[in-house]
Amino acid sequence: MDERIRTILSEYGNLPVEVDKIRDDDDLYQAGMTSHASVNVMLALEDEFGIEFPEAMLAKGTFQSVAAIGNALGELIGA
Amino acid sequence: MTEGPTFRDELVAAGILVPTASDGIYGRSSVYEDVVAGIERLVNATAASDGTASYRFPPVMPRSVLEESGYLSSFPDMIGSVSTFSGDNAEHKRLMEAAQSGGEWTSFLQAADVSLCPAVCHPLYPTLGGTMPEGGRRYDVSGWCFRHEPSLDPARMQSFRQHDLVYVGEAERARDNRDRWLQLGAEILDSLGLAVEIVVANDPFFGRVGRILAESQRSETLKYEIVTPIHSAEHPTAIASANCHLDHFGEPFGIVTAEGEVAHSCCFGFGLDRITLALLRTHGLHPGDWPSAPRDRLWS
Repeated sequence: MDERIRTILSEYGNLPVEVDKIRDDDDLYQAGMTSHASVNVMLALEDEFGIEFPEAMLAKGTFQSVAAIGNALGELIGA
Repeated sequence: MTEGPTFRDELVAAGILVPTASDGIYGRSSVYEDVVAGIERLVNATAASDGTASYRFPPVMPRSVLEESGYLSSFPDMIGSVSTFSGDNAEHKRLMEAAQSGGEWTSFLQAADVSLCPAVCHPLYPTLGGTMPEGGRRYDVSGWCFRHEPSLDPARMQSFRQHDLVYVGEAERARDNRDRWLQLGAEILDSLGLAVEIVVANDPFFGRVGRILAESQRSETLKYEIVTPIHSAEHPTAIASANCHLDHFGEPFGIVTAEGEVAHSCCFGFGLDRITLALLRTHGLHPGDWPSAPRDRLWS
């Protein structure tokens, strides 16, 4: 799952740094991901994993780090 | 029962607003327009002393601006598109048959290359393509906007006016200008006898993704509004706003700073119609009877 999240981040996150260099707990917004990019990441995650983030999860915090995204997906997929 | 329609009824009864068949589209009397003119003179003087380059764009703009500015993506429910007819005689006959039988004649139209302008600073950015001088540039633009929000609330008109002060250039200076104009704007509105407050705000981004964008905008304090009671003190109305755009316009319209970075921009918008309504609500429907302070500020 981690690989798939990082692939999506490198394609849609518009990050000025290599996604490989980002640690699981690093703040993606501080790394340069804008809110518009986070929206594209969100949509790509929904496509990739066949899930839909519920209203309550449509917040900046859900996409704050690779770990946070993993946790959110874990809740939704039950993986 | 809300107070909105009541204030509207007063304005209509006094002949100050003239309702039409479409909600949020009004004729305005000379009483109303004299107030707008006074506010405009005040804002023009402020802009001039701030060294802005002044431009006026019409109420329609190239449709491409809606696409490139991201407005279509973020506020699709607000847009006003323009359609035109370029058919032949046979098409015209079919159009008229539809119109005369109460059918949908607009199906014979096609989207034009212009659309209505949703925010008065939007048409400015595509004309600025290129390099800003060091320190950036300041502009002011004023004119008519359209947002598809039909409502009986006179403070929510579909066709309304804004006067924007705009800065384009380096990122830090953009935020500084925004903050400076916010204070200046609040002082101007306060000097007109309005009880104003500055609050953090967000734009009404559309849809599911809108929630994330709105939350982001608030947490980064990219938008402030100056609010004042028009209908109630509990729910004051925004009559001006101060916005940090980051590189939202600089990027798609190819504007760069003297250092070659993507330019940032900000704007401070006076809601001319809402300020007028706030003044009429606060001081009464007869400007001749207003206190001398706002009268002097607006008309002397």
